[in-house]
Amino acid sequence: MTEQGVRWTADQVLALAPDAASRKAGSKLAAPGPWSGTGSSREGMVWGLCRGGGGTPYRTAVDVAQAVGGSGPAYMCSCPSRKFPCKHALGLLLLWSGGEEGVPAGREPEWAERWAAGRRRTQGKREAGPEGSASGPLDAEGARRRAERRAERITGGVTELEERLADLLRSGLAGAEQAGYGPWEETAARMVDAQAPGLAARVRELGAVPASGPGWPVRLLEECALLHLLDRGWLHRERLPTDLAATVRTRVGLPSSADGPPVRDHWLVLAQYDTPDPKLTTRRIWLYGTTTGRTALLLSYGAAGRAPDLTLPVGLALDAELSAYPGAGQQRAALGEQFTPPAPTGARPPGVSTCEAAARYSEALRRDPWQESVPVTLADVVPTPDGASWQLADARGDTALPLTSAALARPGLWRLAALSGGAPVRVFGECGHRGFTPLTAWPTGPGEAVRLC
Amino acid sequence: MNTSSPLPTASAWDELITAALLGTDRRTPPGAAPGRDAPTALLDAAAAETVRRRAGLRPGRAAPRPEPAAEDLRPPLPGAAARRLALLLADRPGAGAGGRRGASPDLMELLPQWLTAVNARGFAAPAESLPALLDAARARTDLRPAALEFAGPRALWLARLNPDWRFALRATRGGDTALPGPAEAERTECLWQEGLFAERVALLASIRSRDPDAARELLATTWSTERAEDRLMFLDSLRTGLAPRDEPFLEQALADRSRNVRATAAELLSALPGSALAARMAVRAGACVAVDHTRDTPTLLVEAPHECDAAMERDGVSPHAPPGRGERSWWFGQLLEAAPLATWPARLGGRTPQQIVALPVADDWLSELHAAWCRAAVRQRDADWARALLGAPSSPGAGGPGAVSLAERAKLLGTLPPSERAAWVAGFIAAHGLSEAFQLLGVCSVPWAAPLGRAVVDALNIARDAGSYPWSFSGVMGLAERCLDPAESSRLDALLAVPDEPEDASPGAGGYWAEAFQRLGRTLRLRALMAEELGPPASGGQGT
Repeated sequence: MTEQGVRWTADQVLALAPDAASRKAGSKLAAPGPWSGTGSSREGMVWGLCRGGGGTPYRTAVDVAQAVGGSGPAYMCSCPSRKFPCKHALGLLLLWSGGEEGVPAGREPEWAERWAAGRRRTQGKREAGPEGSASGPLDAEGARRRAERRAERITGGVTELEERLADLLRSGLAGAEQAGYGPWEETAARMVDAQAPGLAARVRELGAVPASGPGWPVRLLEECALLHLLDRGWLHRERLPTDLAATVRTRVGLPSSADGPPVRDHWLVLAQYDTPDPKLTTRRIWLYGTTTGRTALLLSYGAAGRAPDLTLPVGLALDAELSAYPGAGQQRAALGEQFTPPAPTGARPPGVSTCEAAARYSEALRRDPWQESVPVTLADVVPTPDGASWQLADARGDTALPLTSAALARPGLWRLAALSGGAPVRVFGECGHRGFTPLTAWPTGPGEAVRLC
Repeated sequence: MNTSSPLPTASAWDELITAALLGTDRRTPPGAAPGRDAPTALLDAAAAETVRRRAGLRPGRAAPRPEPAAEDLRPPLPGAAARRLALLLADRPGAGAGGRRGASPDLMELLPQWLTAVNARGFAAPAESLPALLDAARARTDLRPAALEFAGPRALWLARLNPDWRFALRATRGGDTALPGPAEAERTECLWQEGLFAERVALLASIRSRDPDAARELLATTWSTERAEDRLMFLDSLRTGLAPRDEPFLEQALADRSRNVRATAAELLSALPGSALAARMAVRAGACVAVDHTRDTPTLLVEAPHECDAAMERDGVSPHAPPGRGERSWWFGQLLEAAPLATWPARLGGRTPQQIVALPVADDWLSELHAAWCRAAVRQRDADWARALLGAPSSPGAGGPGAVSLAERAKLLGTLPPSERAAWVAGFIAAHGLSEAFQLLGVCSVPWAAPLGRAVVDALNIARDAGSYPWSFSGVMGLAERCLDPAESSRLDALLAVPDEPEDASPGAGGYWAEAFQRLGRTLRLRALMAEELGPPASGGQGT
């Protein structure tokens, strides 16, 4: 473990909060007032006592070094809150982010040391666990048979879906507008039964298309056609190139593991954003390898009401190993060993022009025709109003990428406009057939990365 | 993105769409045989076409780019302060659960002070904070001037792009980029001739603040053609930097068609003790007050005017008394209010203001007379007279309903130097407690001087010991959070514990007090930290 010299920024800390109320409550505790006995150690522990409503102060400790383990900081607090992390942990980290003043360097008190030691012990055991259990040839045979059974069920589901699509086109898409959500929900449920969650998700999205405004028949035909393409891919997967077959399996919804060779690099955190769902929050973290030039996506999930574990604040960089998931054109990777904790960096990803960005998307479609968008950094673009919409126009040249409707609805649009002030900025985002979704921007002059999502 | 896919296939795609909409039972898709397999053929063709179309997408043509925002030459905000700003702005109402205040600082209440501090130091706002700043200024009009000053030229640039922030374009006034600068005579002239009323008022105020004569001369060019209510507002802008050189213009305005314009001109002239109007008023007022030496102690005699003649009316005296007031005392009050205070010592036997105020007054004229002098002292910003009329803060009359009301005292205090103001209010609180002090505290400069802060904390402590609830003092408590000098926070340490409740105390009051004091202490420490993050004030910088 390396030295924890670098304190996080308040922004990074606030990114840990499970919701807006916690952010607010945590901010209020970010003053020295209620705290006593605060301190932080070189090993990455931060602790303090927080006076609450009652008599005994709460004991709060955070193991920031654990963020290096890829699972976010570990928290301990004696308060009864069910929020995680609780407002005390957030307040303490904010205070710590403020500098030596609020949280001086020191040796951890006995109670915090006990907790940290206990935690690291159980974690050590858990990590050692899977390797310890012997996986004999019997297991492999069983796994093969299970996989075969699942493939059969998916094939059944795919066949059924093909019939459903053929029926739809036989009678015409015009009828889909009246049919509403119901039939698609039912089909999606059949795909879940067939253990093809990827297909189920695509089918569910089909149900929303007829209500998506002008031009819906085109979009519905496109999505039906791509779904059909995926079905055909699955049915003929043995004849596909290995990479494309892997992509098809992943798109259908089969789990895969990140078995690519570990790539060590200095990874710059380009963006982190959550897509909340009633049941599951998905967190996407885009990384850029400053040496390899690779862009990678880390996914992390949180059950309802809980923030996903992994937190890598934008603008930091970490020396770590990533392993890629299989599949052509896949960016998804898993975080392996980390050699340094995330630390602020002045590095920025190199950028391209709008034409090159569009070309990259085309290129990606050749390997994975179901790709919605690709991660791209635009070098010098000016956010430009275009009627009711906005576009990112090349600072040199006369081409521009429109922003997606999702991006237009976000407050980040105005942060981007403010940051630019009519001057070129560097923008990282996702570029696809619907347009560009900006996620992070850098000013032309010196300045930190600004989150737009 | 432009859907400029290769042209030859555009019609093929259209045919696919038509077939898909109608259904292959009714329309056979291009290149397929009718029958069972037609849907599959359609989907095959559509899949290939969809991927083709997406892969063929090209960037569109750029729209005209926005004019770049004016450069902000102020130094950037230090990092810690920039993060503090993000926290302060995140605490907007509605950003989280509301309810009882508890023991935590109210961050939104600290934003105005923080903005004042950054503006005094001349920092530029971080660009990415501008949307949140504009939103905050939109929600709270009291924040607008300071927030917009801090937000700078780029905020105005943004406001032109977002209708939600239009207020920023209207609200901005005084020496910024929206208004023509001193060297832009042509733009100034154009805006004055053709601008909207609000723009013209802002323009006049801006010019007046840097060149009073130029503003008056500009106003004179169009004065006779302005509407009466506009004349009133324009005239009002002359309050800034009022000087004897404005007298001829104001004298002329005394003959205005509009009564309100005449009254305002008279009021402004009377604030110039050397003006001819002030001299005329001095003669009239002097005739009304005399010292009666025939009694045991010298006594002031008041003889109110018997009529309001045309000359008096021309000098701004309003002839019609409001209901419930005698006409003569009404005229009398107006004469005294407008007469230069400097005339009284000479007229009343060489006495000092103190001695004059101390004289007994015959026939119940005392309150009328003193109230008129109070108004005169405020209008003429005469500290000697204000001091005399305020009297000693500990005097028994000061706390209750005396000749001089609390509102008048507050105005009188405004004419004294800050340290004297604070000392007077501290004495008042020590003698009379907090219940009447709110208005007076409002005119003291921030942070409160040490004696004043001590007096407030002591008085709060006494109120707690007396067993009342803290929310009876929530107004003063809120002021203390914003105005107490953070250096005083250590004085609060003894007050943070929950005391044993005496039998006659209000139930639970002790705990609420401890909470209120905790919040006070935390707020003060936070304010100290916030000030530290900004670094020392710029030397020679002007506070606002």
